[in-house]
Amino acid sequence: MPARSLSPELSLPPTALIRNFCIVAHIDHGKSTLADRLLERGAAVSRRDMREQMLDSMDLERERGITIKAQAVRLHHRAPGGAEYTLNLIDTPGHVDFTYEVSRSLAASEGAVLLVDAVQGVEAQTLANAFLAVEGGLEVVPVVNKIDLPAADADRVAVEIAAVLGVSPGEVLRVSSKSGAGVDELLAAIVERIPPPRGEDSDPLRALVFDSYYDTYRGVVCYLRVRDGRISTGDRLRFLATGESPAADEVGVLTPRAVPVATLGPGEVGYLITGVKEIDRIRVGDTVTRADRPATVSLPGYREPKPMVFSGLYPSDGDQFERLREALEKLRLNDASLSYEPETSRALGFGFRCGFLGLLHMEIVRERLEREYDLDLVATAPSVAYRVVLPDGREQEVRSPQDLPEVRREILEPYVRALVITPSTYTGTVMELLREHRGELSSMQYLTPERVELVYRVPLAEIVFGFFDRLKSSTRGYASLDYEHDGYRAADLARVDILLNAVPVDAFSAIVHREAAYSYGRRLVDRLRGLIPRQLFDVPIQAAVGSRVIARETVKARRKDVLAKCYGGDVTRKRKLLEKQKEGKKRMKMVGQVEVPQEAFIAVLRVDAD
Amino acid sequence: MPTEGAATRPDDPSLADAAASLFGAYLHVPFCRRVCPYCDFAVVAGREDQAERYVAAVTAEIERAEPFPSAPAAVFVGGGTPTRLSPVALARLLRVLERRRGLAPEVEVSLEANPEDWSPAVAASLVAGGFNRVSLGAQSFDSGVLAVLGRRHHPREAEKAVFSAHDAGFASVNVDLICGTPGESPASWRASVERALAAGIDHLSVYALTVEAGTPLSRAVAVGAPAPDPDRQAERWEEAAYLAAAAGLIRYETSNFARPGHACRYNLITWAQGEYEGFGTGAHRHRGGTRSWNVRRLDRYLEAVEAGGKVVSGAETLGPWEQEAERLVLGLRRAAGVRAGAGGGRLEQSEAGRRLSAAGVLERVGDRLRVARPLLGDEVSRAVLALEPADC
Ligand SMILES: Nc1nc2c(ncn2[C@@H]2O[C@H](COP(=O)(O)OP(=O)(O)OP(=O)(O)O)[C@@H](O)[C@H]2O)c(=O)[nH]1
Ligand code: SF4
Ligand SMILES: [Mg+2]
Repeated sequence: MPARSLSPELSLPPTALIRNFCIVAHIDHGKSTLADRLLERGAAVSRRDMREQMLDSMDLERERGITIKAQAVRLHHRAPGGAEYTLNLIDTPGHVDFTYEVSRSLAASEGAVLLVDAVQGVEAQTLANAFLAVEGGLEVVPVVNKIDLPAADADRVAVEIAAVLGVSPGEVLRVSSKSGAGVDELLAAIVERIPPPRGEDSDPLRALVFDSYYDTYRGVVCYLRVRDGRISTGDRLRFLATGESPAADEVGVLTPRAVPVATLGPGEVGYLITGVKEIDRIRVGDTVTRADRPATVSLPGYREPKPMVFSGLYPSDGDQFERLREALEKLRLNDASLSYEPETSRALGFGFRCGFLGLLHMEIVRERLEREYDLDLVATAPSVAYRVVLPDGREQEVRSPQDLPEVRREILEPYVRALVITPSTYTGTVMELLREHRGELSSMQYLTPERVELVYRVPLAEIVFGFFDRLKSSTRGYASLDYEHDGYRAADLARVDILLNAVPVDAFSAIVHREAAYSYGRRLVDRLRGLIPRQLFDVPIQAAVGSRVIARETVKARRKDVLAKCYGGDVTRKRKLLEKQKEGKKRMKMVGQVEVPQEAFIAVLRVDAD
Repeated sequence: MPTEGAATRPDDPSLADAAASLFGAYLHVPFCRRVCPYCDFAVVAGREDQAERYVAAVTAEIERAEPFPSAPAAVFVGGGTPTRLSPVALARLLRVLERRRGLAPEVEVSLEANPEDWSPAVAASLVAGGFNRVSLGAQSFDSGVLAVLGRRHHPREAEKAVFSAHDAGFASVNVDLICGTPGESPASWRASVERALAAGIDHLSVYALTVEAGTPLSRAVAVGAPAPDPDRQAERWEEAAYLAAAAGLIRYETSNFARPGHACRYNLITWAQGEYEGFGTGAHRHRGGTRSWNVRRLDRYLEAVEAGGKVVSGAETLGPWEQEAERLVLGLRRAAGVRAGAGGGRLEQSEAGRRLSAAGVLERVGDRLRVARPLLGDEVSRAVLALEPADC
């Protein structure tokens, strides 16, 4: 590794002058925009290089306007008294699917800035994230954001937050991340209220790997939070969980550009490059120590997040299976919440059954795989994981409808504890909706007279597929949802199979509540009829439960597929047209003799949305 | 022009393949009385005041063209509506072309014409000027359908045009028909085809109405006007193929039927991947492995020629594999099919090729491949284009 010159201004701060914090909030409450204001004030970013939601660096994040990955950055802050502080800030995602990113960020911080939108008020992930921060022993700095909006009601919202946190409304700060109003006061509060990191320079090194990614040239890059001791370029290291002992080729800080430094001391946040290229040798949540003077006790790592939904990912070109495996390995380094295991499908060949934290997560993973690793993928209908009790009493987890054993005593369905926060005027609507989705009320509480918190026990499958959209549309966007696993219960479930041209297509099978089987099968068949293009022969589409066909449609054979003559010798245009149509073909997957567009596999999950 | 005596079947493989070494010439005439709602050719309406300038410009373009590899064996004057120019002007252009390298013995000289602009006198002058084949844009013999297509001629005029063309001495008369126009019934379609055949045509082209982007038709369809139904078009085509065969016209290309000795040579050259020159707005050419095309806009074309500048607006040169793929795509449009060659072998081996063979779409006859179900021809073309490039 070539030695790089080290920036003098990035020399070591004493621990007392470090503050590590993350910004947490419900989705869209303005975390990334606040991070922009803080960056402008204290980062090594020139005004010229600034852009909106600067820390949302992935294309996907910029396109969708949401944060997917937590992102760390180091800032400088000169307090009015003249003291020079180093602030390590982590911007986190707000969507429920990425709560795992938040929990890892919290573990690297002593404080959390909790933002609440001055119009929307406290929402479900506000609560979820506030609880996570409090549980983690972090100092929470509550802030009302977007006070510049005409409809802002900062006083009301401050009361709501204060009630949630058990503080006085006077302690709640007010900012506009857009205009920058109140941001200086916020910086002062961060320095004042959030404690500096504890940790001894002289103790053996202990640093937590809280994130990582794969760089084609440099191998695995780890993001670290140093607890005790010091890590320097050239140190021989040891990873406590994996037992790996590479050398520290480079350590540095993120400004947000990666800038190498000679050493990182207690409380500091930065990155580490070891030259390790084998991905499985590094694990997020592991503790790094020094080989020559090792610490023995690991830092508390992370609970493996429990996937909520499973779906099969298959390369549309069978030859890409190995590339898909490599891509998953690399992506998992950057997304520890992704899990996968190989599976085979009669219809789709070799692929992986992947576990996701929700449908958005699933969509994002698929898109990242396709874009960052240049793959063309087919995703199968998502499913939750059931438990099946076999006749001998043993239990078996079933993550894919195709694995459902024929002979079984019963099927247990996963449930979640769902927390819905809604304006009280919509309470009736929300309760009705939850009842339709087989929910049972556990508790109801008024946060304020205008805002109600409802806690339900609901089958996970009901929540994951379609419920959220219906909740949003029936409350004009005002209700919000958060959920977590909450055990299993026996349920009357059936598997609906789809047959194309009389051949069952395992990728379309779904486990549904028996009462819903007929309407599910009917909708699926109708939808597939619209999606499957006409072929060279008639294609019957059937839905079946066991051997009983519950719905059927036919895609009639294509009769004409030819264009008019090449006018006056314009051969080029015709060829280009055919080329374009051929590209469309590429997005097709052969299932037996039938060409099925890749969207068909995804469209199955929208079956509830219409 | 081959005569009845030496009549070769239009779907004869040796006739199809021989066209590859012939040279063709295309002249474009962009003028039309009005622009039909479905048309997306390089056309202009109401600009006949530019006719003289245009003839001069095409003359200049012909005179400046690269040397021809051989005397043209087929000349095709298309449009637009070539008969918006006077027979004298058209004959003059033919002479200019002839001055370059003569014309092959028995050269085929075709032009497109609208029944509206046709008369016995026009027909006689054109024959005198050297034309021996005419393609009449009848489109339909149902006045309701003609109205939907924006055509102003009467069915009877189209019929008379066929008669007068033959009387004037045209050796080959073609009629274009369009199927699948909204409002067309099975009976009216059948009647149109029968009437065209009964008029004694030598050649029939059946085109399915296509909604081309940017045309008034496509805008109408976008706001709810009925679009042509491909299944109905398939039925119409089958009906026409049946009636044509009964009248002695043999299908030799997806949309084209002819009596023995009346295959259109200019088109055979195109499908055989042969070379041709093109002159006029939007004209295409294929010379020395490169395909290129002229600017489409009349004014830009005129200005460019008059300034002595370039009229070519785009070009492409295909690599060896792309050329092989193109040879198959073009050749498979013909009933005679195409020599399988390296690419054809690969097509048959491919997964898509095997499916198409199993479905009876693709067929092997000796060393040739053919599309046995021509209405599914584009499916085969896409399979060809989807083959991985290879050395050949
Ligand atoms: N008017 C106004 N708009 C704001 C303010 N802060 C953020 N916004 C806007 O709110 C939207 C969401 O802002 P982001 O910063 O992307 O929100 P986020 O919390 O990072 O969102 P996720 O990362 O997806 O959870 C953007 O359109 C911002 O421009 C503010 O103080 N005032
Ligand atoms: S007459 Fe032919 S070229 Fe002219 S506008 Fe109509 S369809 Fe187009
Ligand atoms: Mg964000």
